[in-house]
Amino acid sequence: MTAIPAAGAPVQAPRRSRRVREMSGLAGWTVLGWVVGIAFFIPVLWMVITAFKPESAAETWPPQFTFSPTLSEFRLVFNGMGPYIEHSAIATVGSTILVLVLALPAAYALSIHPVGRWRDTLFFFISTKMLPIVAAIGPLYVIALKTHLLDSIWVLIILYAAMNLPLAVWMIRSFMLEVPSEMLEAARLDGAGRIREITEVIMPVVLPGLVSTALICVIFAWNELFLALNLTVTNAATMPMFLISSVPQEGLYIAHLSAAATVASVPVIIVGWIAQRSLVRGLAMGAIK
Amino acid sequence: MNSSRFRKRGVAAAACVAVAAMAAACSSGSGSGNSASGSNSDTGTVTVAVVSNPLITGQMIPLTQSVFEKENPGITVKFATYTEGDLRAAIEKDVSTHSNSFNVIMIGPYEAPLFAKDGWLDDLTKDYIASDPSYDASDLLPPVAKSLSYNSDLYAVPFYGESSMLYYNKALLQAAGITMPEHPTWTEVAADAAKLNQPGKEAGICLRGLAGWGDNMASLDTVINTFGGEWYNTNWQAQLTSPADEQAVNFYVNLVKQYGESGASNDSFNQLLTLYGQGKCAMWYDSTVAATSLATTYPSVYAQTGYAFAPTEKTSSSGWLWSWSLGIPTGVSNQGAAWKFVSWATSKQYDTLVAQKYGWSAVPPGSRTSLYDNPNYQKAASAFAGITLQSIDGTDPDHPTVNQVPYVGIQYVDIPQFESLGLQVGEQIAGAIAGTESVSQALQAAQSDASAYTPQELSGTNG
Amino acid sequence: MAVLEDVSSPPAAGLRPRGAGRRERWQRRLPLLPALIYAIVVTQVPFLVTLWYSFQNYFWNEPGGATWAGIANYKEVFKDPNFRGALVRSVTMTAIAVIVAMFLGVLLAVLLDRKFPGRGVVRTLIITPFLIMPAAAALVWSGPMLDPNFGLLNWLLEPFGVHHVAWLTTHAYGSVIVVMIWEWTPFMTLIVLAGLQGQPTDILEAAKVDGASAWATFRELTLPHLRPYIELGILLGSIYLVNVFDQVRLMTNGGPGTSTTTLPFYLYQQLDYAFNVGGTAAAGVVTVILTIIVASFALRLFARVFQFEEAK
Repeated sequence: MTAIPAAGAPVQAPRRSRRVREMSGLAGWTVLGWVVGIAFFIPVLWMVITAFKPESAAETWPPQFTFSPTLSEFRLVFNGMGPYIEHSAIATVGSTILVLVLALPAAYALSIHPVGRWRDTLFFFISTKMLPIVAAIGPLYVIALKTHLLDSIWVLIILYAAMNLPLAVWMIRSFMLEVPSEMLEAARLDGAGRIREITEVIMPVVLPGLVSTALICVIFAWNELFLALNLTVTNAATMPMFLISSVPQEGLYIAHLSAAATVASVPVIIVGWIAQRSLVRGLAMGAIK
Repeated sequence: MNSSRFRKRGVAAAACVAVAAMAAACSSGSGSGNSASGSNSDTGTVTVAVVSNPLITGQMIPLTQSVFEKENPGITVKFATYTEGDLRAAIEKDVSTHSNSFNVIMIGPYEAPLFAKDGWLDDLTKDYIASDPSYDASDLLPPVAKSLSYNSDLYAVPFYGESSMLYYNKALLQAAGITMPEHPTWTEVAADAAKLNQPGKEAGICLRGLAGWGDNMASLDTVINTFGGEWYNTNWQAQLTSPADEQAVNFYVNLVKQYGESGASNDSFNQLLTLYGQGKCAMWYDSTVAATSLATTYPSVYAQTGYAFAPTEKTSSSGWLWSWSLGIPTGVSNQGAAWKFVSWATSKQYDTLVAQKYGWSAVPPGSRTSLYDNPNYQKAASAFAGITLQSIDGTDPDHPTVNQVPYVGIQYVDIPQFESLGLQVGEQIAGAIAGTESVSQALQAAQSDASAYTPQELSGTNG
Repeated sequence: MAVLEDVSSPPAAGLRPRGAGRRERWQRRLPLLPALIYAIVVTQVPFLVTLWYSFQNYFWNEPGGATWAGIANYKEVFKDPNFRGALVRSVTMTAIAVIVAMFLGVLLAVLLDRKFPGRGVVRTLIITPFLIMPAAAALVWSGPMLDPNFGLLNWLLEPFGVHHVAWLTTHAYGSVIVVMIWEWTPFMTLIVLAGLQGQPTDILEAAKVDGASAWATFRELTLPHLRPYIELGILLGSIYLVNVFDQVRLMTNGGPGTSTTTLPFYLYQQLDYAFNVGGTAAAGVVTVILTIIVASFALRLFARVFQFEEAK
């Protein structure tokens, strides 16, 4: 426990009070950590609690913490959400697969065997996010109409992939830059062609980063509202639209809304919770390259 | 940005594709749609755009699945549910680009004549009702039917209709020693609100403040009308800063700020229903359809609720008139099936179906005389049926104001620009209610918004 | 620049181009082409159509389709005080949200870097706001949380003398920003946390042995190490936050008045209420041009983020 004091270092305090200080320091961090964590989580917790209330108990003063919980709102939500959640799942998974298929080779071409103008290319990808989607939604509607893609799940898959492509290219490129040059040199000396280089050297290193990229794409695609609301009707309507439609124009809705919000958010929350460690690791690797 | 060879090639490729897209877009601009004449098929899929509303999500949709689809095995009905603003946007996009995403659209007396004039709706009278006498269109409440007509033909049929009236909590009024006449004036109501107001416990009167022409402007417009004001004079000059308009808006804003609920600028029907139902409003001025919601959700307050006609000042009546109605866009497919659904959902038989499943007091009100002649309904809805019917009958959207005006509509102005104008003015009023601007500032901004259109632009649509 | 030496792993090796062989160059370009062509077609075609519409007079609530309008829409955009106001509001709200979120992100990352019991659970709780559907978050905040008559926040703050505050009326601007911060702080936290965990511990040990205080270590060693991470978080956060739309629409509808009307929301009103397809397109084009100008400017400031590792 005793550190070797360097020259000029302050005299170490007696061992026992140092440990007390460390313990109280730890206690302090623990309390702070939990307070902050709970504070951030309260709105989500409140949403879930409200989802179990009957409507009449959801808009009271003071807010009720004890009530007889009911599943009636959830039942309504589950009855209504079938096609919506199916469309959301297809659009999310489909667009994420498409993004990965496009971004992997592109990132390869911007990192390991880079093209000449890789800086410009990266800037171009980012620049595709500069047009506010609201301004383009009218033209997009007309284009979708003319190409018979209106209210089809493909319009969402295509647009979500385009929406996530810049971020995916950037992130995967950063992961690929992590591949140690020695390994690539060794593979080349070994006579490995491009294919083997990819499967044996690059992919194992990059895989955790791919997971975190896919996770972020899933988050953004699942939660997207504006494009879905404007370009789909019933054949491709997604969960965010289902959520919005649960706000009636003349009627009570707080408990029902909370139930719908909970159900709509749960899939991504679970995926995010499970994958959070890989998210941190992926960002750590990918952040500043 | 840079003249890299890559970007040049990319742009060239994009340009080729874009030319093709533009050519396609050009032809869309001229209004030709996907299907020229649609189809009259009696079967197929019918997509219905509806507003999110308990009478629809809680009744129409389940009954469609359990009754209509079973009785019509060749027809599948799909519902697209939206909030009011989103509904209008989706419908406008659909009918003006003829994308035919919806076979049936839910609109009101604001859109029906405008769409009919533009040729975007089927003439229901000629195309369907003429050959279907069992529909009994003469049973529809006359003011409602008239508001949905163009050149005497129905272009939409009502699912439910509403006007506005004053609700008051008899117990709270009794405690303050106030009796409410059947036809109060706004001055009386304001004085009552002052007496009833107990800050922190109970608001003297609850009024809408949420920005929107179907929200705060609906209530405010009726007040403006009955104070002698109007939106435009006969020369299409905006009148929002006229003395009568100023007086009315000052009255409304001050009333809600002094004796109304807190946070009013975020409140519309839903929030006020909750407040009133929990006994936190002594009085509440809002839609007649609230009575139905009160009966089902807040039975104890419903039991002690009294009803008065919409307060007036200079006019004999002031309640608004609205109906959520179903229309069929021109050129859609499966029009026969669409009409089957529309006629089913707005028929007398539908009323009986709702009564069987949900009780007579839950039947969608305000569309058919036969409902109000029905002794079962009279008994179940005895508290509010009479005043609802009389409120609707007392409306006259063709002459909503004291002075002559060039437009039709009590709580709206039947010009296409009103969708945006009503919102802009509503936002200013909400700002005044919230206290972020003064009433005169709000009215100045509203006046300039309303004056942004030339008389030609405004009247050109009012042929 | 010395800072980057802490963090850089050996730069990724790339095979040097063997001369300027055309075949070699095209071999390198080939993997890039699918993504590039896809991005060009799916984003530039709509942009060009938007550009075309910006010169048209096209209202969805009027019959007759699109007619040529020249630069009339652009004149409208530049004359319109609401457009300028919305632009300024977007910039200020984004700036405030990004800066505060990053500040909190750094603090939280420092917190989560410490080992304490339940750290994993706390981290899970903290990232949840980023995972929840923004539309759901906006509706939950505007109703169950902030409502003046039954909202939880008023109840929690009552012991502190706060009574039935109508947050979305009197403090609309702040409320929307708070929700934006609530949702994006986890993102910033994760990025900074990644940086903290990538910090070589030997240097920190050496500093401790040298007797440096925690604060001095943080200031002199950690912060500079974190700088590229912070810059990345600010850059990405800005790109996403400036386009934020659901929160404004579902919480305040741009109000009261126009106090929370951001640029995307203003464009949405032009499109969905005024049905002005041409005007919205013109405003969008103007926004793109302004954004490109700002982005080029920002590139110089954030040069380090774009100081990509060259392939060697």
